[in-house]
Amino acid sequence: MVLSQDVRETLKSVAALSETIDGIGDDDNLFDKGLDSFGSVQLMLALEERYDIEFPDNLLNRRSFSTIRIIGETVNKLTLSAAA
Amino acid sequence: MNALVLRAKRVAVIAAAHADEVDRQARFPAEAVAALKAERLLGIQIPMQFGGESAGLSQIAEVCFTLSQACSAAAMVFAMHQIKVASLVSHGLDSDWHCSLMEQVAREQLLFASATTEGGIGGDLRNSLCAVETVGDVFHFSKDATVISYGAHADVILATGRRHPDAASSDQVLVALMRGQMSLERTSTWDTLGMRGTCSDGFKLEARDVPVAQILPKPFAEIAAQSMLASSHLLWSSVWFGIASYALDRARAYVQGEARRRPGQVPPGALRLAEAANELQAMKGTVVAGLQLFERAQGDADELGSIGFAVMLNNVKTTISAKSVDIVQRALGIVGLSGYKNGTPFSLGRPLRDVMSAPLMINNDRILSNTANLLLVQKGGGQLLSA
Repeated sequence: MVLSQDVRETLKSVAALSETIDGIGDDDNLFDKGLDSFGSVQLMLALEERYDIEFPDNLLNRRSFSTIRIIGETVNKLTLSAAA
Repeated sequence: MNALVLRAKRVAVIAAAHADEVDRQARFPAEAVAALKAERLLGIQIPMQFGGESAGLSQIAEVCFTLSQACSAAAMVFAMHQIKVASLVSHGLDSDWHCSLMEQVAREQLLFASATTEGGIGGDLRNSLCAVETVGDVFHFSKDATVISYGAHADVILATGRRHPDAASSDQVLVALMRGQMSLERTSTWDTLGMRGTCSDGFKLEARDVPVAQILPKPFAEIAAQSMLASSHLLWSSVWFGIASYALDRARAYVQGEARRRPGQVPPGALRLAEAANELQAMKGTVVAGLQLFERAQGDADELGSIGFAVMLNNVKTTISAKSVDIVQRALGIVGLSGYKNGTPFSLGRPLRDVMSAPLMINNDRILSNTANLLLVQKGGGQLLSA
């Protein structure tokens, strides 16, 4: 089970958010907090590497990466289906 | 031919009559814009319930295409206006103030301009230095806008700025400023190779005591992703495609004239014409497919915000901007010196200079870098008829 703390650790590796991550709530919109398209791709790559998953194209949209909570849920869904 | 195209063609006749002078004097295409207002084309995108015509992006692209064959600058002014109106229409429906602005646009045919470029930031749309300073129910706003195309002639300027003075550079909002609410002090003059009539001067923009209701309620990040990038790439591409089509029409007329003069022989330029016509058709397919995919994705925020969609739009822009320059150059090769010379029926100097702006308006290298980044995660395996 991926917890929001794990997602936060990964987000720290994204330059646009590394400084501000501690002040961002689980439901805050990350794109409003400085995440841009370059950063969101770097985040996806970091998550794919860390959890050994691949985001399918239908999840490669802004909503899937909009908040820490949604990222955690998405990663959980993908790790579960990879294990099944 | 539908009624919209007929209206656009009437404007194009007026735009064409002044295009050389607009170019030579680097002046605003005032006659063409007056004709756009008279034909009520500035408000076509406004929803019918606010007095507009609810025109979709393809219809607007058709007008861009028609105008660009007469005067590239007038077509680009129309395209840039409609890109800003697209932001208002797509993201202003939840705000009473913006709904009444839509009514005013339809009624008075207001001209919209854009202030996104900023000193110290350049053309990076998604970052701002300037910020909205809210004091009670009003805000103050000051921006060193290094480019505001036709800013001195606009009735409304939509400007980006940070949400508040402590916000991150990408935490932006879009504010609507009416002509009477701001001062514009010119800081640079648009004296360029082509697209001279867009009058994209630099300005120091100052606005004080503007009601906060004029700030669009959606974050600019969302506006950029869902309406602005798509409408910019697709409408600009329609303009550039129109310039390329015009140039190839000149080349075709030239080759046909040669053929009539020497019956029984295929003129030497005919083969080059065939090659270029082939390329032009591929360009048309790219633009039309982009428009259709965009219209099909309307209302589907996930699709509009997806990586596949962004890659598709980026590719439309880079492909059409590069190929349109190529087509105009090929056309010039076909017509030869009568295209190189000004004042002949085949002159291509102005269209060539105008179209050379295409790969530079949001530099293709910047867009390709963005695409390169997106391709690091895109998985592929899509369908023939999807983005």
